[in-house]
Amino acid sequence: MSTVGATVPMADMTASQPAAERRARRRMLPLVAPAVGVLLVWMIVPLVLTLWFSVQRYNLLNPALHGFAGIENYQYLVTDPDFWASLVNTLVLVGAVLVVTVGGGTLLAVLFDQPFAGKGIARVLAISPFFVMPTVSALVWKNLMLHPIYGIAGFLWRLVGLSPVDWFATFPLASVIAIVSWEWLPFALLILLTAVQSLDHSQIEAARLDGASFVQQFRYIMLPHLSRAISVVIMIETIFLLTVFAEIFVTTSGGPGNATTNLAFLIYARALLQFDVGGASAGGMVAIVLANIVAFFLVRSIGRRMDI
Amino acid sequence: MQQSRLKRVLILLAGWCVALLLFFPILWMVLTSFKTEIAAISTPPLLFFRPTLSAYAAVQAQSNYLHFALNSIVISVGGTVVALLLSIPAAYAMAFHPTRRTRGTLLWMLSTKMLPPVGVLVPIYLLFKTSGLLDTRIGLLGIYALMNLPITVWMLFTFFREMPHDILEAGRMDGAGTWGEVWHLLLPLTMPGVASTGLLSLILCWNEAFWSLNVTSVNAAPLTAFIASFSSPEGLFFAKLSAASTMAVAPILVFGWFSQRQLVRGLTFGAVK
Repeated sequence: MSTVGATVPMADMTASQPAAERRARRRMLPLVAPAVGVLLVWMIVPLVLTLWFSVQRYNLLNPALHGFAGIENYQYLVTDPDFWASLVNTLVLVGAVLVVTVGGGTLLAVLFDQPFAGKGIARVLAISPFFVMPTVSALVWKNLMLHPIYGIAGFLWRLVGLSPVDWFATFPLASVIAIVSWEWLPFALLILLTAVQSLDHSQIEAARLDGASFVQQFRYIMLPHLSRAISVVIMIETIFLLTVFAEIFVTTSGGPGNATTNLAFLIYARALLQFDVGGASAGGMVAIVLANIVAFFLVRSIGRRMDI
Repeated sequence: MQQSRLKRVLILLAGWCVALLLFFPILWMVLTSFKTEIAAISTPPLLFFRPTLSAYAAVQAQSNYLHFALNSIVISVGGTVVALLLSIPAAYAMAFHPTRRTRGTLLWMLSTKMLPPVGVLVPIYLLFKTSGLLDTRIGLLGIYALMNLPITVWMLFTFFREMPHDILEAGRMDGAGTWGEVWHLLLPLTMPGVASTGLLSLILCWNEAFWSLNVTSVNAAPLTAFIASFSSPEGLFFAKLSAASTMAVAPILVFGWFSQRQLVRGLTFGAVK
């Protein structure tokens, strides 16, 4: 795909003519500067403010309470059982959804690579959930699918003679995981299918003729070929899954208790329900650090493959 | 031979079962939207029924759906246009006149996407509150443009990179300036790429549900927020809920179907094509 671009020796141009490069850079600066400028502001200003608020006593309901708090907000945060619960919930949510979507997505990608009648339409149907807005998928699952009395799940349960279950009360986190997995499985499928199709199928053919079983073909040819796409899917999903919000907001509001409160919802509740700006900002810093750990690997692995 | 036919049938069955299973909630939502409220909550669930548009009419009459839909359109299209206007020049410069800093700049842009929105919710909320941007279209539009800027730059960059440089070179010989080069040569030639970049940005804006729920309430609330208001306990009207959801999802779903191929490139920052 990138062969056309690669035929142009860009590296030569930049290395051998420093004066020309300086001139080019001056000429190109006005083109790049606006995009870089606004992004810089968008990144730096809130980041600095979050850091600043996180060491302040700052509650919107109590203006008398102010001043430098030091690490007070962080101390309060780490001694709060809700915080640890939310951290665990966040990690369980991310981990479970990753397992379901990457595992399922890989298998489905191989399945949808096989020829069968109406494949184009089937593929379009299968990836559709990704384009549904989170609030809609949460509502549809909460009411039409998982409602204990009127939902499809309740109907199926009664059909096989089991008594209906109130999913969001009995298995709150698992229900949220199910919804989020439903949204992200198509994403994994879409990306991995594209990667599968870029595989040189004569390799598979050769392996098959040499007597390799389907499992062997998958294990020794497909999986190594997919490893790069899988790592990209894992990292991009992690970035988004760390901050799942709308699905929880619509279905359980973090409950029952704190059973489905993840870090994103905890910070929202602190800031916009309890008006504790300092505490929420401390939580925000934790979220930023968590995301940065993932981002470090993502940026590196994409950067390594950039042919500039 | 016998075995391979069996295998083919199994693959056909498995493929369609998976597809229908994944699509079922959407299908059920659309079906329910054409039921009466009574039929929508009947047990056992009705697969065959006399379709009616009453739920759509009710949604239209009760809540001003159009107000929210208009917000969604204005904010998504506006955010996308702003993002494209900022990213086309930047992607052009980086694709055709790369310097030693280009690579670093691109990776840095990618890294800004990693900043979790929830980490900066508090300052943005307070800044919006003090500057009167809370619950305004322009405020949310700005957030969306910035949110998608790294993705649009990356996607355009990968599309522009695939353009043979000779063509632009020829344009420059003919005396076209930078703007002429971009406007008359580059954009027409890379239109499919630019269009799918815009489409991806539109889809992401349309479905965004963190900022829209937190910085809008009524005036600027897009469809994501409108739909979320149905989650209140007294809103147990399945047909109306489904009708509103269907109207909110349908346009973007169709867009998504048409652009699924190009989306991969944008969503993976060009790492998977």
